[in-house]
Amino acid sequence: MVEHRPLNDIIAYAILTLGVFIVAFPVYLAFIASTHDAATVVGGHMPLTPGSHTLDNYYRAIFVGGSRTSREPVGHMLMNSFISAIGIALGKIFISILSAYAVVYFRFPFRKTAFWIIFVTLMLPVEVRIYPTYKVVADLHMLDTYAGLIMPLIASATGTLLFRQFFMTIPEELLEASRIDGAGPFRFFWDTLLPLSVTTIAALFVIQFIYGWNQYLWPLLITTQDSMQTIVTGIKKMLTTTDELAEWQLAMATAILAMLPPVAVVVFMQRLFVRGLVETEK
Amino acid sequence: MANVTLRDVRKTYAGGFEAIKGINFDVGDGQFCVLVGPSGCGKSTLLRMVAGLETISSGEIDIGGRIVNQVEPAERDIAMVFQNYALYPHMTVYNNMAYGLRNRGMKEPEIDARVQEAARILELVTMLDRKPRQLSGGQRQRVAMGRAIVRQPKVFLFDEPLSNLDAKLRIAMRVEIRKLQRRLSTTAIYVTHDQLEAMTLADILVVMNGGQVEQIGNPLDIYQKPATTFVASFIGAPPMNLMPLRSDELKSQLTGDGRLAEAGILGIRPEDFVITNETVTGGVALGLTVEAIEHVGAETFVYGTRQQEATGVAANPGELPPGEVIVRIPGAAGPAIGERIRAVAPPDKLHLFTADGRQRVGG
Amino acid sequence: MEKSVVFNNKLLPYLLLVPQLIITFVFFYWPASQAVWQSFLREDAFGLSSEFIGMENYLSLFAQPEYYKSMLTTAVFSSLVAVLSLSIALLFATQADKNLKAAGSYKTLMIWPYAVAPAVAGVLWIFMFHPTLGTLARPLRWMNFDWNPLLNGNHAMILVVMAAVWKQISYNFLFFLAGLQSIPKSVLEAGAIDGAGPMRRFWTIVFPLLSPTTFFLLVVNVVYVFFDTFGIIDAVTGGGPAGATTTMVYKVFADGRLGGDLGGSAAQSVVLMVIVIALTAVQFKYVERKVQY
Repeated sequence: MVEHRPLNDIIAYAILTLGVFIVAFPVYLAFIASTHDAATVVGGHMPLTPGSHTLDNYYRAIFVGGSRTSREPVGHMLMNSFISAIGIALGKIFISILSAYAVVYFRFPFRKTAFWIIFVTLMLPVEVRIYPTYKVVADLHMLDTYAGLIMPLIASATGTLLFRQFFMTIPEELLEASRIDGAGPFRFFWDTLLPLSVTTIAALFVIQFIYGWNQYLWPLLITTQDSMQTIVTGIKKMLTTTDELAEWQLAMATAILAMLPPVAVVVFMQRLFVRGLVETEK
Repeated sequence: MANVTLRDVRKTYAGGFEAIKGINFDVGDGQFCVLVGPSGCGKSTLLRMVAGLETISSGEIDIGGRIVNQVEPAERDIAMVFQNYALYPHMTVYNNMAYGLRNRGMKEPEIDARVQEAARILELVTMLDRKPRQLSGGQRQRVAMGRAIVRQPKVFLFDEPLSNLDAKLRIAMRVEIRKLQRRLSTTAIYVTHDQLEAMTLADILVVMNGGQVEQIGNPLDIYQKPATTFVASFIGAPPMNLMPLRSDELKSQLTGDGRLAEAGILGIRPEDFVITNETVTGGVALGLTVEAIEHVGAETFVYGTRQQEATGVAANPGELPPGEVIVRIPGAAGPAIGERIRAVAPPDKLHLFTADGRQRVGG
Repeated sequence: MEKSVVFNNKLLPYLLLVPQLIITFVFFYWPASQAVWQSFLREDAFGLSSEFIGMENYLSLFAQPEYYKSMLTTAVFSSLVAVLSLSIALLFATQADKNLKAAGSYKTLMIWPYAVAPAVAGVLWIFMFHPTLGTLARPLRWMNFDWNPLLNGNHAMILVVMAAVWKQISYNFLFFLAGLQSIPKSVLEAGAIDGAGPMRRFWTIVFPLLSPTTFFLLVVNVVYVFFDTFGIIDAVTGGGPAGATTTMVYKVFADGRLGGDLGGSAAQSVVLMVIVIALTAVQFKYVERKVQY
């Protein structure tokens, strides 16, 4: 950085371009595959340039569904994914902002205990407790429901911790001024705290949306009906066939569709995304 | 031990901004040169160019007889003390000082000797095992200096090293730096925006503004004979009173003075006024109404307005509002607010400049 | 770290906490404690009655060679992914850090794989390297290299590792870049003046100052391999061939699918819980203090 050797800069650009290429290549290939017909893709000599079947493939994938394997049109799966991802994101935001508010701005017996109870949930991701959680969901008759997809995944404390950290940075004077102005807890929350928290909420939303959208193990377990598949679990099912060759070109089209919403969110809300990532990992 | 010479050095950034507009000066071996000027004048940029941390667009920088334009910082045999010290946070004080020597392949026993010696001079011996975060600001500053001394370079470069210290410490460290430099007889170039620091430290003072040199010389010479109104108002606090020669009152008092033809601005330092009702031949007398008084203990500053011109807002920072004059009175006695006084300055204390302020008229 | 100005309501805070506490209890504590309890039981063939057998489930678990195999697989997998994705990400981050202008665009271009679901990433990579129709499998076949991740355990592992590393690079890149940008430029300039060339500056100044970030990422990467790679494994190899890519989490899933040994499955879950808690504790204890952004 101090030395001024142009060679350094050239090497840097070369390495970075290579990096971008490596990162983009698998997706590029998938996109190519989604534009060709079945025979070309499966034949083993698929070209590296787009084909002519783009509209055809995507239409079939979204609206018609694979003929033999995944019986469900992707359009429906996309909707399931949307509902569950948004449900997870909103659900988590809702319960955690309330809990964080309680823990930070009130004094009551067992306050610390309540906080620890919530905090411990950070330690165990759902993969560790899948079967017992499955049993609970089954007992509650929530299998194959949106509630079953969403609820167990909002149980962890990431949101609460994030909001607590944020609330701690809000100056005391704000609350003092509010109280002098006659505001009770509801007013303070609604008029002051919530508006200030908007960026934090947005950052958490971005992270949780991606997290929810990309869930695999849990939806796999608790959904048996095709109509409840999310797009992420649906892709895998497209490829597991017992009798026929998987329709790779449709699977690739589905993969592209599965990637679009979360990637769009990351790219367009990059700043919020990065902030959410950094804050929740601390 | 070496001299540093700058010949027509220029720097233009991509995009066209010319930060350094042709600087020439020479610092002799063992001399302490201070670059002083307001923020953005280019003094730090110039220092970094001498260090090799910034590129030179044209011109030559010569250290010890060698042109170093293309030479890497590590090869120029210079050492630098940064404004925020730039100590290696993960290394002990000892290792901070030893790092540069190790990089040059020096043997450990000799490294140890040098580090111990520097630590002794700077009173850091008890802190050699600590990390920078365990030290106070003044201690970190000394470690930064220690890092520079052990290298025994040809030139020391200081980039506003005292700016981050509190006022008292700054004064104490100022003296220490000067003593150290004298003791080691190493050529030094020092950048600051504080004119008092500049005056007290420099053998050679370089006053800069807008990428150019306004004046170079001995501090007292610059103080007594500023070359431009910028230098006149920048060096010395409170600043020199600068009065445009439009008003009849001033012009009439200067008739007969040979310099009047070219002069457009009259400058008089606050301490060169005497409050008196006697006539002084050839000097300037001003009738002032006292607006404010500052007692600093050993002296008193009287702020007054001249008749015939209204008080307004100052044109440039450090320059007096048109019509306002500062007079210094030794001691604690002073006129009352609202009182009319007569301030007189003798002829040899009058500074005259051209109307654009860029040139001194007369001697 | 406490607010001094608070509200005095007595009932409201409890009401605010209720939603989260209920969900946490029903979907976290209850299943988790069920798992622990069940690990000490054995169910009969019909699931009608269960018998307390103490540590027997654990003992038989640790006597199973397949279990050790899954532990080994998990360990190998974690190390490979951690080392590879950290080094590659660090390389990219250092190059991006050199140029402030480009760094912004490279950041955008490099971080989006984070948004790709692991399962989808797995699908992408198996597509690229499928023995018969994979585009990148072609050159391998052309070189007469018998590439077959569907049949060869080592090949399967390699493929899964590549997919996992691909996904993880962007996350590590982000944190490394932030870490690099937080090192004051003047410290590096001082290093340059002190005679250290770029490589030496990197190893003696940059890398030590980056170590909190590196350690943090190391723990995160290991946790990632343990849990988030389930989707990749299921999509690419289904845990095979012959258990070559079965990590401990996958084993819990697969064994449960087959059904039957509820106690054993619960025991496996508990072992995983202990490991995660240990890892998280390490992360909190050593990393919390030092990481600066």
